[in-house]
Amino acid sequence: MPAPLRGLALVLLLALLQGCASVRGAGAAADPRDPWEGTNRQVFAFNEKLDQVLMRPVAQAYVDVLPSFVRTGVHNFMGNMGDIWTTVNATLQLKGQVAAESFMRVAVNSTFGLYGVLDIASEAGIQKRKEDLGQTLGHWGVKPGPFVVLPVLGPSTLRDTVALPVDWQATPGQYFQDGTRTGVTVLNATDTRAGLLQATDALKQASLDPYSFVRDGWLQKRENDVYDGNPPTDFDYSDPDAP
Amino acid sequence: MMNTLNLISRRSLWLAGLLSVLLAAPLAQAQDEAADAFIKRVSTETLDLVKADKSLRNGDTNKIMVMVDNKLMPHVNFRRMTALATGPAWRKATPEQQKRLQDEFKTLLVRTYSGALSQVSDQTVFVKPLRAGQDDKNLVVNTEVRGKGDPIQLDYRLEKTPGEGAGWLIYDLNVLGVWLIENYRTQFTKEISNAGGVEAGGINGLINSLAERNKANASANTSARKS
Repeated sequence: MPAPLRGLALVLLLALLQGCASVRGAGAAADPRDPWEGTNRQVFAFNEKLDQVLMRPVAQAYVDVLPSFVRTGVHNFMGNMGDIWTTVNATLQLKGQVAAESFMRVAVNSTFGLYGVLDIASEAGIQKRKEDLGQTLGHWGVKPGPFVVLPVLGPSTLRDTVALPVDWQATPGQYFQDGTRTGVTVLNATDTRAGLLQATDALKQASLDPYSFVRDGWLQKRENDVYDGNPPTDFDYSDPDAP
Repeated sequence: MMNTLNLISRRSLWLAGLLSVLLAAPLAQAQDEAADAFIKRVSTETLDLVKADKSLRNGDTNKIMVMVDNKLMPHVNFRRMTALATGPAWRKATPEQQKRLQDEFKTLLVRTYSGALSQVSDQTVFVKPLRAGQDDKNLVVNTEVRGKGDPIQLDYRLEKTPGEGAGWLIYDLNVLGVWLIENYRTQFTKEISNAGGVEAGGINGLINSLAERNKANASANTSARKS
């Protein structure tokens, strides 16, 4: 394991252990999917601060300074490497069509799309999909486990956290060496954050308690990812008005 | 007017009757619209309105509210949405509390999503084929908004309401994989219990929290647009 990863793993382990030791949140409101709520809330608050002073301003400057076609090119370039990992995971889930289409996307975009800068595949109607190892584990029946807020990286689940070291190996930065690796990793993070500028603002406006809103949304979204858009629901939709 | 009517012969009256039946036929047909066709029509109409009107895309809250009231609310069972988001406490709320809750919740949702309208440019709505074996009272239509950038998952949960609205009413919305009502249930339940529970006037606590949130959002938006 490379040194930065080992450091990350240590932080995660500490966060998890600390989570186990922490006292549960106020009695009745405690969510069984979130036994480490106390610690999670602290890490969430830390991440918010970090975002406020570092990630958000950088992403905002990125959007303000660079013209939109450059940012689109960066986004496509990163997405192309994401498609490689989607191809692998779709294969692991035996989703033949998704695997074939994602492979086609990589092939077309890497060549005619100038190393992925142009997303020609989407314009040709080959839909972009996203599959990662957490979804693959979920597909084969691994439950998400408790909700976890990772330092810097944000919301996750125990299952996805276990998959993370492997998923990390497929992030764009890992296709490069040395200084370029760091540069691409930072650029990828900036691209991701920039894409979420409006969403995170809306999230704050939409919620009464941002932490639980993000948590519930994240858990729903990951189930949605695992079930390709149609997860089973156990939410009781019967009309409370009905007698 | 009376004179003209008197002049019309019986035959032309009969013709006029036939004509009105023929004209009304497409309306009757619209009542039997399939769920996916209904969603396709309403979402495309709304998208076209936003594309045509710059002030909607710029986040003019008043205009957006008028559009929502005129174009969307007739297709939404918002009372049911609010009731489901509130949960069991809904039954204990007075009619007046229920009304205020609906109003504040609507304002919150409209404000939240009006920001997204600035992203509207060349998108089209793609309605996925209906999944088989669904219940008319709880039917999900999956759609995708496609355009520049990554496609946006937008799903609707519908109930069949023969003779009411266009025959279908929407009562839940899924944005990017997250169902609204389920996400708000925790938010609402928390506020009610923070205010001492249902018996101790927790519903008023929830209404006040929503009102405060809305007030804060309104002033944040105004200052954002000024700068």
